Amino acid sequence: MDQRSIADVTVLSPTGRIDLDTTPPLQDCLLPLTQVASAKVVVDFAGVSYISSSGLRALMLGAKAARAAQGRLVVCCLNPAVAEIFRISRFHLVVEVQNDLAAALAALSSSAAAAYRHG
Amino acid sequence: MHVRFWGTRGSLPAPLDAAGVRAKLKTVLARARGHALADDAAIESFIDQSLGFAERATFGGNTACVEVDTGADEHLILDLGSGARALGNCIMAGGRPGKRAVYNVLLSHPHWDHIMGLPFFAPAYIPGHRIRIFGGHTDLEHALRRQHAAPNFPVEFDQLGARVEFVALDPARSHRIAGADIGLMRQHHSGDSYGYRITQNGRSLIYSTDSEHKIEAAADAYPFVDFFRGADLVIFDAMYSLAEAYTIKEDWGHSSNLVAVELCHRAGARRLCLFHHDPNADDGAIEALLSDTVKYEALSRDSAAPLEVVAAYDGLELDL
Ligand SMILES: [Zn+2]
Ligand SMILES: [Zn+2]
Repeated sequence: MDQRSIADVTVLSPTGRIDLDTTPPLQDCLLPLTQVASAKVVVDFAGVSYISSSGLRALMLGAKAARAAQGRLVVCCLNPAVAEIFRISRFHLVVEVQNDLAAALAALSSSAAAAYRHG
Repeated sequence: MHVRFWGTRGSLPAPLDAAGVRAKLKTVLARARGHALADDAAIESFIDQSLGFAERATFGGNTACVEVDTGADEHLILDLGSGARALGNCIMAGGRPGKRAVYNVLLSHPHWDHIMGLPFFAPAYIPGHRIRIFGGHTDLEHALRRQHAAPNFPVEFDQLGARVEFVALDPARSHRIAGADIGLMRQHHSGDSYGYRITQNGRSLIYSTDSEHKIEAAADAYPFVDFFRGADLVIFDAMYSLAEAYTIKEDWGHSSNLVAVELCHRAGARRLCLFHHDPNADDGAIEALLSDTVKYEALSRDSAAPLEVVAAYDGLELDL
């Protein structure tokens, strides 16, 4: 799974369908990142076409772990189908959603937002 | 098999009130502007073609009670929520010719919303009628006797005219009741509940209400997938949104429309019926739940067979 750092923020970029088969690798990657003290994690959904209940549960666990560690998890770049699934499941009330990566970084860290702006 | 829903609400009856009826009238009259409604036929066609279900009707407010006609000469009834009152009245008015006065009831569990109709089920008061209450629980008799006891109800259980019997069903085997093969499965719910698989003439109906699906549902070998396998109709407790089911209402014993669709897809079921509606949901909210679920079914399907989705309402009839 593609993972990179922008200043003090970690950006995770899963791709394709997040379903029963692909949730475990996402969760294995996501949870350790969110458990770090003051973790700042973005899950970039630009390459994701679908997310199932199991994937949403993994995001919820990530958001919970981040909160417990005084950190924060933000997701961004939902395509229309995935945005619809967030609305239908009411998960936009469970996990913080931002429109794009710039907004997600700005929500978490001014240094990451600045680093992203300046390429 | 023919299925008729007499009660579809969860937890508590939730009748439409005066303000609710007035709001519907207002919507309907506004929609009628400009339509020529000169005769009854024009009015009927306006109702059917120009109005949504939540505008022209209501999902109803009675709690769980579903009648299954297996073609046998005995009745088969799933749960005895407040919907059982209207079913009993229909039977007493001669609405089920050809059936003997034997009522086989499969009880999911003895929570109030699933048993509160028995004291108002008219056949229970008629000598010569026979009510057989089946379930996975071994102590159903105690629960049903208790709701008749003073000071909660004026007629003691022993004063009922009908013969009422209780039969505990072993979930490990199949049972023959009212001309159908009945399987059952223990479900995650406070005090346990049981889901039923009713098979007759090559058709299968699943009745799975008051059932929470937790993290184990993500396992490859989740027993409910096998239980639902190839079913023609799955009546499913979709009371909460996924977010509610996983957060504030975790361990409240109910499930969501997303999990309903996913389990049905994995099981290759043909039709899903959303059931045990939240008493806090008005008709518009249940209609929106249905259209959201239809959307999710299309988004989620991938290589699975298409799944038809309907929402139960008091009075809905389905053939399978
Ligand atoms: Zn219930
Ligand atoms: Zn219950």
